[in-house]
Amino acid sequence: MAAQIEATLIEIDGLTKKFSGFVAVDNVSFQVARGEVLGFLGPNGAGKSTTMRMLAGFMTPTAGTARICGHDVRDASLAARKRLGFLPEGAPTYPEMTVLAFLQFVGRIRGYRGRELADRVAHAIDLTTLAGVRLQPVETLSKGFKRRVGLAQALLHDPDVLVLDEPTDGLDPNQKHEVRKLIADMRANKAIVISTHILEEVDAVCTRAIVIANGRVVADATPADLAKLAPSGKLDDVFRQLTLPPSTLNAAA
Amino acid sequence: MRNTLIVARRELGGYFATPVAVVFIVIFLALQGMLTFNLGNFFDRNQADLAPFFNFVPWVFLLLVPAITMRLWAEERRLGTIELLLTLPITLAEAVVGKFLAAWAFCAIALALTFPFVITVNYLGTPDNGVIASGYLGALLVAGAFLSVGAALSAATKNQVIAFVLAVSVCFIFAVASYPVVTDFLSRNMPVLADVARRVSVTERFGAFTRGVIGLRDVIFFASFIGFWLFLNIVIVEHRKAD
Repeated sequence: MAAQIEATLIEIDGLTKKFSGFVAVDNVSFQVARGEVLGFLGPNGAGKSTTMRMLAGFMTPTAGTARICGHDVRDASLAARKRLGFLPEGAPTYPEMTVLAFLQFVGRIRGYRGRELADRVAHAIDLTTLAGVRLQPVETLSKGFKRRVGLAQALLHDPDVLVLDEPTDGLDPNQKHEVRKLIADMRANKAIVISTHILEEVDAVCTRAIVIANGRVVADATPADLAKLAPSGKLDDVFRQLTLPPSTLNAAA
Repeated sequence: MRNTLIVARRELGGYFATPVAVVFIVIFLALQGMLTFNLGNFFDRNQADLAPFFNFVPWVFLLLVPAITMRLWAEERRLGTIELLLTLPITLAEAVVGKFLAAWAFCAIALALTFPFVITVNYLGTPDNGVIASGYLGALLVAGAFLSVGAALSAATKNQVIAFVLAVSVCFIFAVASYPVVTDFLSRNMPVLADVARRVSVTERFGAFTRGVIGLRDVIFFASFIGFWLFLNIVIVEHRKAD
């Protein structure tokens, strides 16, 4: 039992976010254990990013809470953020900074100094193959490189929990493959959540998938079990079946 | 504290990595020079002091400081980097104070670059350099006051133009609060407010510094003024960061 509790690194408990007029995330609960890569699926506007922002401590939940390695994101926000690597939607970075300066800044905030700082930054640059552009300002980089800078920043402190909002968006097929490989390599000793609307990604890297629609969890299963939900056995069809209202489905058929 | 300085250092580096720093400093020096020497009758007065220089400092800051602060938070929100910054393990207060300190240090650099004025008066005569030093301290406090206003208002909007206009307007109110036009109007209509207006006037407080008087009350005024706006800044970012 003790091992079970230790293994659960992310606990989301009745998380709800209401904006004026509508409910973006509606009583979402799930847990992610060490060794799992959870694919967080849903159409645009389903509440994926909002859920991740609450998990990262950027948005305050209207109700419910989340814990990262046992630290409540509302009451112990700093402790939770120390254990978390977060790639926000769109991988924002400071455009005028060089890749190296940006990663050093994040490393210093994470408490590294001197030799250790240099080692951490070098390792993150190595993992995300950014060595060739480390002295270039981020604004001069292509979309794929920018995304990898965001990824490097999230990996820098080797966190137990990684929350990546669309980590492969805008990457070419080779880069996508590399990022997926990176995620698969890190899987064993972390709990990872990635949001995506690319279904092939789920098959490629995820050990489990959650589908969210209109702010509610509508499915939580392994990719293989999820595929069985549609007669065709295709994830695409399952996705449509789960996230579109029945009338639209019939009309489309 | 350490995180505050890390944020401040990054921010200050950002000014110098973009044309913002050069443009600001050049315009600041050019405006101060023109106003002091031409409008201020620097030479005709035949007095070895920097009174004409300090007379214009609040007005030049009124125009230029909001240009620095307008991007402070609005830009973070536009780029989405606010989401990155505030999910790193730092407190909101550390981020707010760090950004403010960077902007303040930048203004201090701009002020320091006006040193040729000091050399000029010392070459031409024998000014009271103590008065000049207290004038510079006052100028730095005025910059800090305007920066704190601008930073808080920048957090309230995503639009940099709105942030600029709001900051100039609010700073203007605190700059002219002690002027006869305002106080006469207030004493005729709301006598209570006339006294308040004089007390919150940034230019009135600054005036004492330019005469070489560093009053404890004035220092406390500036400290609480800046503290109040920084607190407001934290509250605004907390409420509006995710909008």
